[in-house]
Amino acid sequence: MSHQPTAEQKIWMYRHMLLSRAYENTLQTIYMEGKTPVFNMAHGTIPGEMHLSQGQEPCAVGVCAHLTAADSITATHRPHHIAIAKGVDLKRMTAEIFGKRDGLSGGRGGHMHLFDSKVRFCCSGIIAQGMGPAVGMALARKLSGKPGVAVSFIGEGAANQGAFHEALNLASLWKLPVVFVIEDNAWGISVAKHASTSVSVNSMRAGAYSMPGIEVLDNDPIAIFQEAGEAIARARRGEGPTLIEIETDRLAGHFMGDAEGYRPVGELDRLKARDPIPRMKALLLAERVLDESAASKIEREAQKVVDDAVTFARQSPYPQPLEALEKLYA
Amino acid sequence: MSTSDSGRRFTVTRAVAEAIAQEMQRDPNVFVMGEDIAKLGGVFGNTRGLLELFGPERIRDTPISETAFIGAGVGAAAEGMRPIVELMFIDFFGVCFDAIYNLAAKQSYFSGGQVKCPLVLMTYAGGGYGDAGQHSQCVWSSFAHMPGLKVVVPSNAYDAKGLMISAIRDDNPVVFIGHKALQGMGWLGTEKGSIVEVPEASYTVPLGQAKTVRTGRDITIVGLALTVHQALEAADQLGKEGIDAEVIDLRSLVPLDRKAIIDSVRKTGRLLVVDEDYTSYSVSAEVIATVVEHDVRMLKAAPRRIAYPDVVIPFSRPMEQFALPNVEKIVTAVREMAARAPAHA
Repeated sequence: MSHQPTAEQKIWMYRHMLLSRAYENTLQTIYMEGKTPVFNMAHGTIPGEMHLSQGQEPCAVGVCAHLTAADSITATHRPHHIAIAKGVDLKRMTAEIFGKRDGLSGGRGGHMHLFDSKVRFCCSGIIAQGMGPAVGMALARKLSGKPGVAVSFIGEGAANQGAFHEALNLASLWKLPVVFVIEDNAWGISVAKHASTSVSVNSMRAGAYSMPGIEVLDNDPIAIFQEAGEAIARARRGEGPTLIEIETDRLAGHFMGDAEGYRPVGELDRLKARDPIPRMKALLLAERVLDESAASKIEREAQKVVDDAVTFARQSPYPQPLEALEKLYA
Repeated sequence: MSTSDSGRRFTVTRAVAEAIAQEMQRDPNVFVMGEDIAKLGGVFGNTRGLLELFGPERIRDTPISETAFIGAGVGAAAEGMRPIVELMFIDFFGVCFDAIYNLAAKQSYFSGGQVKCPLVLMTYAGGGYGDAGQHSQCVWSSFAHMPGLKVVVPSNAYDAKGLMISAIRDDNPVVFIGHKALQGMGWLGTEKGSIVEVPEASYTVPLGQAKTVRTGRDITIVGLALTVHQALEAADQLGKEGIDAEVIDLRSLVPLDRKAIIDSVRKTGRLLVVDEDYTSYSVSAEVIATVVEHDVRMLKAAPRRIAYPDVVIPFSRPMEQFALPNVEKIVTAVREMAARAPAHA
């Protein structure tokens, strides 16, 4: 395989997986502030829906390890791990999620509508909505000669949206520098992939649009790095789009408050037993890329970065109500 | 108007094509994509001749994939391009409205102003030619209802060129709606009043400015697109009866020139709105609400509207024509309104 991560890249990936996990675990706790004993989504430090990404970190780091701020990402309603791996300003992102004035968008977007134009990251709450824009971001580069590629992250449920098929066709027809990454966590809220999808593996749908379709098994950050590296390199060489489906795991509910009654008994225990973070750590220790003390230093640093972001968000003021009327137009 | 432009009596299609060409020459970031807009020049003609001038990279035929290519327009705009994206019939918005109202319209707001969306969504409305209810609707009020979009509906070639140039230069998504009876396509019939002199030099018509196309003292008739021409013809007839009607062409639905409407009704004391879109929850409702909310005492008679009844647009000509606004309906309504005693002495 031509795209092998260096030791530095492996450490970068592990660091960002840990950062993402620490972030989500911290948000999970803060989300419940003001929501006990009675759970009301409108209450607390973080109102509204909250889609956490524990378990899906390998998808974000394996892809984003190949990207720079010149490359664009459109992400999903479950965006934090991808935002973190893309280098979104974590303090302002947290302030946004708390609905604060110093948030990326002054509190207008919240957790499903994060935009950081400095690193070309955006996400949206509508399934498959980002795919057309990613095609357009790639088209803009083709027309203007500007560098970079576009990457559109979606969940496996999005592969049944019309937008998915339209976007794949258009990207392939115009041979655009875009990569489509499916995070297959096997569940569209409560409906299992096998109950919603006519093919077992969505990457085989790439064949219908004359582009390579790659399946990555077992939530493996190294394998994701390798395949994403080749897909992004193809895009940079002007050879057109690639579709990648990654088998990943959603260790939390669809959103906070989800009782997950649809999960078969024992599934969660099985998924937790293959949690990608301890696996990555074990790999790096075995390869002597890290030792125990270096690993725990990375852990402490990750939590510190998260705590600083939370402190920033807590200290930021709320917007003035009248600010609701601003920024509708450029 | 400069003498060198005399004889440049253009259809809307020629005026819009000229506007796009001039902006494409001025700004390399402007490009056009949509169904049948390249070789065919657009089913409604607005991009005729542009492929020959600019080539297939910048004048780009798309597959029938409105969700993808409107979404792509938003993505390209976020990267600094200024796309003009054609949605052939406005009726087709049903297959792609997410990309319009949930995506394009919310880019600026949800990004807190970080991301701009300088996109022109060019589309075509209107019926009366036997195309039935999936190809004859106006539905512009559905777009105007959605915060974050601007919406313009020119009634003639001069305004069409100037509004298109303004739309391209605007940093927000602008829905540019042509009325099929005004385009100048032979096969659709053309309202003659839409063909006017168009200066060759580039110029803008600002978004959000209505135009008083006939001044009068007795009643304000507000129209847009085709109904402006119907209102003007009705006003000519009414003039012979001694009723002096003022006619306002809205030109722009968002922003709406509320001041022009209020100023006119303050003078005339009567308001009739003529709109080819469905009656309820509509432009006609918004114009009347604008006046009533501002000061109901300005009105000497209850405001009225002539708009499409709240039914599906039928195919058969007697039913279709019965339901559309026309000159006779306007004349009758104005006569009735003028005959009434003032509501507030």
